Amino acid sequence: MAEGIKDKVAIIGMGCTKFGELWDKSAEDLIVEAFKEAIEDAGIERKDIQAAWLGSHLDDISLGRGVLMFSTTLKLPFIPVTRTENFCATGTEALRGACYAVASGAYDVVLALGVEKLKDIGYAGLRESGNLNMEGTLGRFTSPNRTAPGAYAMMATAYFAKYGLAPEEGKRTLAKISSKSHHNGTLNPKAHLRREVSVEEIMNAPIIAWPLGLYDCCGVSDGAAAAILTRADLAKRFRPDPVYIKAAQIAATSGEELLYTEYDYAHVETTYRAGLAAYREAGINNPRQELSLMETHDCFSINELTQYEDLGISPRGKAKEDVDAGFFNLDGPLPNQADGGLKCFGHPIGASGLRMAYEIYKQVQGKAGPRQIKNPKLGLTHNMGGTPPSSVVAVCILGV
Amino acid sequence: MGCVKFGENWEQSAADMIIDATYEAYDDAGIEPREIQAAWIGTCQAGVRGTQLAVPLKLEYIPISRLENACATGTDAFRNACYGIAAGVYDIALVVGVEKTKDTGYSGLETTYSRHISQGTWLDPEVFVGMPAQFALAATRYFYRYGLSYQEGKTVLAKVSVKSHHNGTLSPKAHLRREITVEQVVSAPIIAWPLGLFDCCGVSDGAAVAILTNPELAKRFREDYVLVKGLGVACGASQAELQDDYDFTHFEETVVAAGLAYAEAGVKHPRKEIDLASVHDCFSITELINYEDLGFSPRGRAREDVDAGTFALDGELPVNTDGGLKCFGHPVGASGIRMIYEIYKQLQGKAEARQIKNATIGLTHNLGGLPGRFTCAVTVLGR
Amino acid sequence: MAIGIASYGAYVPWHRLGPGTKGWSFTTEKAIANFDEDSITMAVAAGCNCLDGWSREKIEALYFASTTPPYREKSNSTLISAALDLPSETLGVDFSSSIRAGTIALQTAVNAVKGGTRQVLVTAADMRVPQPGSELEPAIGDGAAALIIANDNVVAELEDSCTLSHEMLDVWRAEGDVHMRSWEDRFVVEEGFLKVLPQTVIKLLDRNKLNPKDITKVALYAPDPRRHNEIVRKLGFDPKNQVQDPLLNGVGNTGTACALITFIAALEKAKPGDRILLANYGDGADAFLFRVTEEIVKRRNHREVRSYVESKKILSEYETYAVWRGLINKAPPTRRPPFRTPSPSALHREENKNLRFQGTKCKQCGYPQFPPQRICSRCHAKDDFEAYRFSDRRATVFTYTMDRLAPTLDPPLVVCVIDFEGGGRMFSIMTDRDIDRLEIGMCVEMTFRRFYTSEGIHNYFWKCMPVRA
Repeated sequence: MAEGIKDKVAIIGMGCTKFGELWDKSAEDLIVEAFKEAIEDAGIERKDIQAAWLGSHLDDISLGRGVLMFSTTLKLPFIPVTRTENFCATGTEALRGACYAVASGAYDVVLALGVEKLKDIGYAGLRESGNLNMEGTLGRFTSPNRTAPGAYAMMATAYFAKYGLAPEEGKRTLAKISSKSHHNGTLNPKAHLRREVSVEEIMNAPIIAWPLGLYDCCGVSDGAAAAILTRADLAKRFRPDPVYIKAAQIAATSGEELLYTEYDYAHVETTYRAGLAAYREAGINNPRQELSLMETHDCFSINELTQYEDLGISPRGKAKEDVDAGFFNLDGPLPNQADGGLKCFGHPIGASGLRMAYEIYKQVQGKAGPRQIKNPKLGLTHNMGGTPPSSVVAVCILGV
Repeated sequence: MGCVKFGENWEQSAADMIIDATYEAYDDAGIEPREIQAAWIGTCQAGVRGTQLAVPLKLEYIPISRLENACATGTDAFRNACYGIAAGVYDIALVVGVEKTKDTGYSGLETTYSRHISQGTWLDPEVFVGMPAQFALAATRYFYRYGLSYQEGKTVLAKVSVKSHHNGTLSPKAHLRREITVEQVVSAPIIAWPLGLFDCCGVSDGAAVAILTNPELAKRFREDYVLVKGLGVACGASQAELQDDYDFTHFEETVVAAGLAYAEAGVKHPRKEIDLASVHDCFSITELINYEDLGFSPRGRAREDVDAGTFALDGELPVNTDGGLKCFGHPVGASGIRMIYEIYKQLQGKAEARQIKNATIGLTHNLGGLPGRFTCAVTVLGR
Repeated sequence: MAIGIASYGAYVPWHRLGPGTKGWSFTTEKAIANFDEDSITMAVAAGCNCLDGWSREKIEALYFASTTPPYREKSNSTLISAALDLPSETLGVDFSSSIRAGTIALQTAVNAVKGGTRQVLVTAADMRVPQPGSELEPAIGDGAAALIIANDNVVAELEDSCTLSHEMLDVWRAEGDVHMRSWEDRFVVEEGFLKVLPQTVIKLLDRNKLNPKDITKVALYAPDPRRHNEIVRKLGFDPKNQVQDPLLNGVGNTGTACALITFIAALEKAKPGDRILLANYGDGADAFLFRVTEEIVKRRNHREVRSYVESKKILSEYETYAVWRGLINKAPPTRRPPFRTPSPSALHREENKNLRFQGTKCKQCGYPQFPPQRICSRCHAKDDFEAYRFSDRRATVFTYTMDRLAPTLDPPLVVCVIDFEGGGRMFSIMTDRDIDRLEIGMCVEMTFRRFYTSEGIHNYFWKCMPVRA
């Protein structure tokens, strides 16, 4: 009878580079930096790593395909190295692969590392999905010019309409979310953007894809993050305060949302399903009460808003009330994006999932400095890749 | 003499028009082709060499010269034939003026830039700029010098064109044969300010022919032969751009050429003694200035004569009784001879609806080139 | 021996694209060259301005800096030397390939003068064509600048200079490219301009133990107005008092000429003792420190940058500009025969007439004539004349017309007869004119323009134009 991953694997060390427009750093530089911090944090040496998982999304930049650039950069000594890729869930996918290997008893100490040199593509946002060969050739006809903001903006329009929000009201709610995240970013030396941004500034910003404006969208940046994992029963040998994996779930769409007219475009089904599975795996019945903090995928502010509902924190259609009440602020009952989120870090695709884990890890260990929340026990990370009706979502729960 | 209908003669080649005009002339003279002893062909663009004439007409092995002198070509060919006759070298000579201007495919004359690579290199406006602009410069200056407002100036010019158009309606061989009004002319689209569409003659094809002999022999052929009384040609030396006292309101070449012709013909008071004139009216302003340069109107006062109708068909000194270049267009080589054809017919009393009374002395005038660089040819003809 | 600037003059074309232009969606205004202008003609115009009242005999070299030279395999600088009627031994040097070429040429001229060359005339001009609707379009303008570098009578002495080369693809064109290419704007600005330009300025100031506040006026290149503000702030200069307006909104970023036009504008208002800092960017950076001398009061320009900027005509339609630059292949208003190219052997023979615009002045009767005549048109003396330059003479219009039949990209073609001050007359085509303002007696000046291009030969000659304010 399958039991899930809860408490079978622990993180004993993590590293994370500063994220940003790192023109003068190559992917190799970022890998080395994140790795070094992780093994120092774990108190181990390179030779102790028995297997490694690399998460990187784009094939034509960063490290390219395969693992050789990764293994040679770190001089990993002829150990098994795997590259994983799953759109924006790539980082968590690397973590999950490492988890299962440890939990199966195949290895004792493993490395999961995510990295991306997204600034090297030379554009202000991700390239259009029509280029990615999804949907066979259909993609090139239906969406060769659909950008990421465009795809998510449709969810905002539908959400406002479904829950009776006038555009200005809706935009204001979204603006509060971004403003909250920006405030958190000012407290985080590793974030790219570290400036307060007011709700008014966000409301008046240029429109990127209506109704999303400049500050409703996360930026493009470079970065890397790494985790060292071991079996739960071995964890205390390395440190007194390991952080345990409680759940590591992924849900990929069956395609139903696009095939039927029932999909309301005001929520993300895969987030909901992955969330349910993760709570079950972690034994959580009331996430709103039991979770201490979250790091969810806020590529666009509308995403974060719907995540509150899809993850079962806010009741359907009522996320706005929680936002207005400051429920998810740093000093609120359930802080989201304590480190500033994708909003302040940008989204080096392969690295994001692990960067989120890094924040939970540091918070649970009490090492989050000015961002520290009180007595966190359980944290949730959430990544989403694709578009609202057609996505793959990863949800992890970590804690003590 | 002979003359084809002038116009857009798409169906006729130069050879066709040469044959039609020449055979009309043979008929008129009552001679056989083989009696022609020498010929002159005047053309700018319809071909080079005398064989251009010999081949269509099958003139075998006689001397033929090709001549070119811009718009004075026709008259200058005529002049050269006259000297051949007067020198006693030939008894009967043929002069043909012909042009297929429509074959160039442009609605105004081509300018030199498209043809002459060796006309030096400097980009002076002659190389660049069309004929209307060249004469428009004289119009602008004429209005200014004689204190004519734009409206006044345009109206005077319009009257000249209206007068010629009226005459054209009475002229079966003309290209354009419709009345126009002063209002139409003044409000027509501008081609080169201040000249508008109806201030400019058109582009057309045509040919005209004359057969010449010496006065003693002339009686053998007909009673009503027409005598050449005087011939004058003068060429400018670019004074317009080299001399800053060139006034742009008169053309000295006309004055000089006319002076030579008048002297030969013994004309002392042109206004009184000339009964009719065919003058070069490529543009209305040219005709206006011609009145003064030929001595018909006092300097600066041609306007008064235009207003008084002096030069109308029923006026004191009808000018361009057949409609002029205005209605015939300007097949360059043919125009000079076409003018002589009209004077010839008028002097013989064969001008039909256009006939003026008591025509005894007529004048033709051609002007080719641009201000400062004209060649002008003038003939005085009489009974 | 003091080496520095001895004379200076800029040129900004008459036409503008701006908010009054139909089809112009930006808020900036910029200067654009007429259809009959190019980098050579603009360099000549700036050169004429710089040479106003200056004796040409000591000029030994002419440098031409441009990324848009009309000829690729033929010297552009020799043509400009001829048009400026410089001594025939003048060494012509073309500087190209970088928008920093203007100051690279300046530094090279300084080095030449240090090495013994008496005077160098440096010209810089650019006429770049940004892709319509691109981010670069609002700020890219056309213009030219000219400076004489000498070792005596300098109005601004060069105290020190500093240069830096930097290999980077930020904004570039390859052979055959019509429009500029650029990489992501953030990279271009953060890693390029804002990082590199300050290095030379700081080094120059430090080496001379100066602070930003010791500089009277700073003339700085910047790609657009916003980045100009940023660099001023970054370098610590006072935007109100120390900064020479780079005219990025009004004239635009004129490529190789940009920083030099700003510098010239600063010189035009400078007082003896002022310290002027000139800094330029493009594949690296150059910075120059000048000290203005007493001589400046003797050499003020009649034609200031300001007066060029203020005398302007806003194009009524963007389409006109697009036709002028060949971006759309619109049929001309009238059907006329194509231009035939003149013969290069004839052009070579007639350089004095066509490019130097020399006529003859009869020694016997003193009458000036154009084109040159071996037989005087007035007194008919034969072969007794001296060469007489008409290009720097004013003239008045004797008569004119507006020809709607003649081929031109800016109809109607205005043709006139002009009488020169001091004698002489010619037919001339008028450019940069307002057809509602033509009248007999109006005053015109001569300007070097490109009449047309046929079979790879650019046909240059002189037109007249109403006197620029």
